Amino acid sequence: MLTWLAHILHWSFLRSGSVQTALLVGSSAAVVCAVIGVFTILRGYAFAGHALGDVSSAGGSASFFLGISPLVGFLGIAGIAAVSLEFLGVRRAREQDVATGIVLGAGIGLSALFLYLDMTTTSTTGAAVMVMFGSMFTFPASLRWPAIMVAAAALAMMAILYRPLLLCMVDPELATTRGISTRWVGLLHLLTLSAAVALAALSVGAVLASALVIGPAGAVVRISRRPGVAIFLAILLGLAAVWGGIWMAYESYYWFAGHAWPVSFFVVTIIFLSYLTSVPLQYVLGRRAAKPSQMAAHAGG
Amino acid sequence: MFEAFMIHTWIASTIIAVTAGILGFFVVLRRSAFAAHALPLATFPGAAAAQLLGIKALWGLLGFVAIAVALLHQLQKLGRKDVAAGLVLVTLLAVGSLLLSMTNSYAPAVFSLLFGQVLGVSAADLWPVATIASLVLVGALCLYRPLLLQSAFPELAISRGISAEVIDILFLGLLGLVTAMAMPVVGALLVFSLLIAPAAAAQSLSARPLQALLLAVIFSVGMIWLAIALSFWSNWPIGFFVGSLGAVLFTSARMFRYIRHRWFSTRWPAATGRRPMKLIPAAQPDEA
Repeated sequence: MLTWLAHILHWSFLRSGSVQTALLVGSSAAVVCAVIGVFTILRGYAFAGHALGDVSSAGGSASFFLGISPLVGFLGIAGIAAVSLEFLGVRRAREQDVATGIVLGAGIGLSALFLYLDMTTTSTTGAAVMVMFGSMFTFPASLRWPAIMVAAAALAMMAILYRPLLLCMVDPELATTRGISTRWVGLLHLLTLSAAVALAALSVGAVLASALVIGPAGAVVRISRRPGVAIFLAILLGLAAVWGGIWMAYESYYWFAGHAWPVSFFVVTIIFLSYLTSVPLQYVLGRRAAKPSQMAAHAGG
Repeated sequence: MFEAFMIHTWIASTIIAVTAGILGFFVVLRRSAFAAHALPLATFPGAAAAQLLGIKALWGLLGFVAIAVALLHQLQKLGRKDVAAGLVLVTLLAVGSLLLSMTNSYAPAVFSLLFGQVLGVSAADLWPVATIASLVLVGALCLYRPLLLQSAFPELAISRGISAEVIDILFLGLLGLVTAMAMPVVGALLVFSLLIAPAAAAQSLSARPLQALLLAVIFSVGMIWLAIALSFWSNWPIGFFVGSLGAVLFTSARMFRYIRHRWFSTRWPAATGRRPMKLIPAAQPDEA
């Protein structure tokens, strides 16, 4: 479809294969992160979401010397981190901060080791940069379908979790009496979050991955009370950031006389500016910050 | 391991560990781990900016610490605290990746800024570390009581005329100073491990503030010494050892607490139940 669009627009930007792959992978990351981000923000899990991204860098670094796909590496380590977060008691509010911090520290340490092994055992240079800050334009075309499949699986999981997760956020006791296990819902949410973060880590880099999770969702929960509307707006914002970022990075090669600026810089800057805009917008609309209970009331839950 | 060129490494890392242990105690008490993670990474552009401007790296780091603290404080007032910390972190990191890509030492610089280069500390690097550490220690000493009270009982602190906002800025400022000082030596990502793990382990072992503070310092100094030794011996990056030692320390402290709790509950059933940190006797000024 993109080739077809490029044909119509006579636009060299969309005709490049690597730009098409970047757009596909980046868009799937943006959509999944926006959907799950709304729940993550409302549950107060922004730090956990960020930690999953940072920790997944260990997987990305390991993929170089193990010779596996970076997506598999990011997914694997992020999944392990999600389970250990749950195990260390991330659901208890008192423990959340410290538990996340410990997992984050250990994961980053592991990533330091793997990056060192990359440098010593393989001839990879710049693995640290690629893992930490992303490498959108160097994706092989073979990455398109796996990324889309991971995104589809994560979205399907969120469709199943939608109501139980809202109920667990609003009234855990009521959820328990209805036969919903808060523990399982929490774990599944974290695992789905780790899949979303892995996709984001692949596109904008492990340390910047949480921008796609926290940014769009954090901006829209300021201005919308309805979960459906919030999710829709977050998706739009995420897509705008990714597409705008890729376009600007592509064009920046011509703007700055042959020195292209990094894609992730543009994506993150757009996200940050949109969050800043949401602050006055919230006051103009006269909204107070949404609480999970209001979200659930509007969802009819 | 104790050769002449290693002496500066030992001195610098010990100073950093002591200050990180003390500040970490308050980070864990105030549940501001995300801010403690965000500040070091937000100073990441400082080194690259300094190189581009042709000034000393420390000034660049201090400049970005100031920007990060101001931004973090403002955004945290305006909305969710965790969202604010996350966004400040990623934005300044992205700026850092841009600035670094403009300098000509991109790839190696990224690794050493994130994960540190402990083995390359020179005598000239010691002075800023020592100066900033003593500043932070004096600051922490002056702020000890109000900070403790404000962290544990925010309402009580307000009634005593302690402004939460002023305390927050001062605390973030101290944290930022530690960050700027430690970052060239242990790297942005490891400052965080030194801040969280020893203090978290100490607070699960002791309910008395001073005891926990002392334990945190001992743990963090022990941790970095062991990490340097292991790193020197194995040639693996020090970051790996700091991170994993932190996790081991924390989980064993938790297990120790659990076993002690079980032991107590079989002998003195009345003494069971979680003991909250005993802050009141330590934090109340002697007014009566």
